[in-house]
Amino acid sequence: MSKLKTPVSDKDHSQGNPEAPVTLVEYGDYECPHCAAAHLVVQQLQAHFGEKLRFVFRNFPMSRLHRYAEAAAQTAEFAASHGKFWPMHDLLLENQPRLSRSVLEELAQGLDLDTAELATALDKYTFERRVHGDFTGGVRSGVNGTPTFFLNGERYDGIKDYQSLAAAIETLAQSTL
Amino acid sequence: MSALLPPGTPAPDFQLPVSPNEKITLSELRGNPVILAFYPADWSPVCGDQLALYNEIHSEFEAHGAKLFGISVDGAYCHVAYAENRKFQFPLLADFEPKGAVSKAYGAYFEPAGFSDRALYVIDKDGIIRWSYLSPIGVNPGAEGILEALEALPK
Repeated sequence: MSKLKTPVSDKDHSQGNPEAPVTLVEYGDYECPHCAAAHLVVQQLQAHFGEKLRFVFRNFPMSRLHRYAEAAAQTAEFAASHGKFWPMHDLLLENQPRLSRSVLEELAQGLDLDTAELATALDKYTFERRVHGDFTGGVRSGVNGTPTFFLNGERYDGIKDYQSLAAAIETLAQSTL
Repeated sequence: MSALLPPGTPAPDFQLPVSPNEKITLSELRGNPVILAFYPADWSPVCGDQLALYNEIHSEFEAHGAKLFGISVDGAYCHVAYAENRKFQFPLLADFEPKGAVSKAYGAYFEPAGFSDRALYVIDKDGIIRWSYLSPIGVNPGAEGILEALEALPK
């Protein structure tokens, strides 16, 4: 069983109760269709488990498969530097089929972010190191594709639908009471 | 089910097509670590695909001077089409004729289905197996085992 080698820290993008009994970490790629599907599943899980679940997202762009995956990840990190990671995260996944450089700028504009500043950050790869750090930590932890989930530090190898994940989270939440 | 060859075993030599017109001989690769990734078939689903992951992190293998080869029983022309489609940066070897002979020599042939198991080998620069791992057919083994094995090789 593969284990998360990079512990969740305050450098992570995290949603929900920091003291939650269950932490779900996702390694994802904004251009991967399975990640777009998983986005809806995660939202359902968050609605169901509330304070019992913390969610962390880390970048794992498969940039040789997906043309805009790396730029999308860097755009999310750019938004994060302005306190807007999660709104951008949602927008990227919701707009996945039409991702392009101009769409990234359009999404930034929609969040009142400076598009010229984004363009500069993308051209200079300002956030590449952050994205790459997520990626290499993921490789070391046994991320084998996207999305890969970890529940309380253990890789989740089950079916990635709502029912299966909810059952696994419920079991963990009970055992940590 | 056959067992994989354990660490310490000299890697059985082989010669396999690396393209429709070229063959590669394992023993001629001495001096560099070699990673052999046996896998069931070309054209498996994309995002969760093991070889797609290896393609993303190929530079990490290269940093160890290691050469990665995918091996399946698909023919050389099938490999060409698959590698072009997926933009692989590493070669695929065709264990096609006699079918699965190299996979069998490495204990990595799944008889009931007639294709290679999902098995990984790390072979050192002197041709000795240093690490081997058999994954359930349906489970993508990822890369951390390979990287740990490469790091553990004597310099």
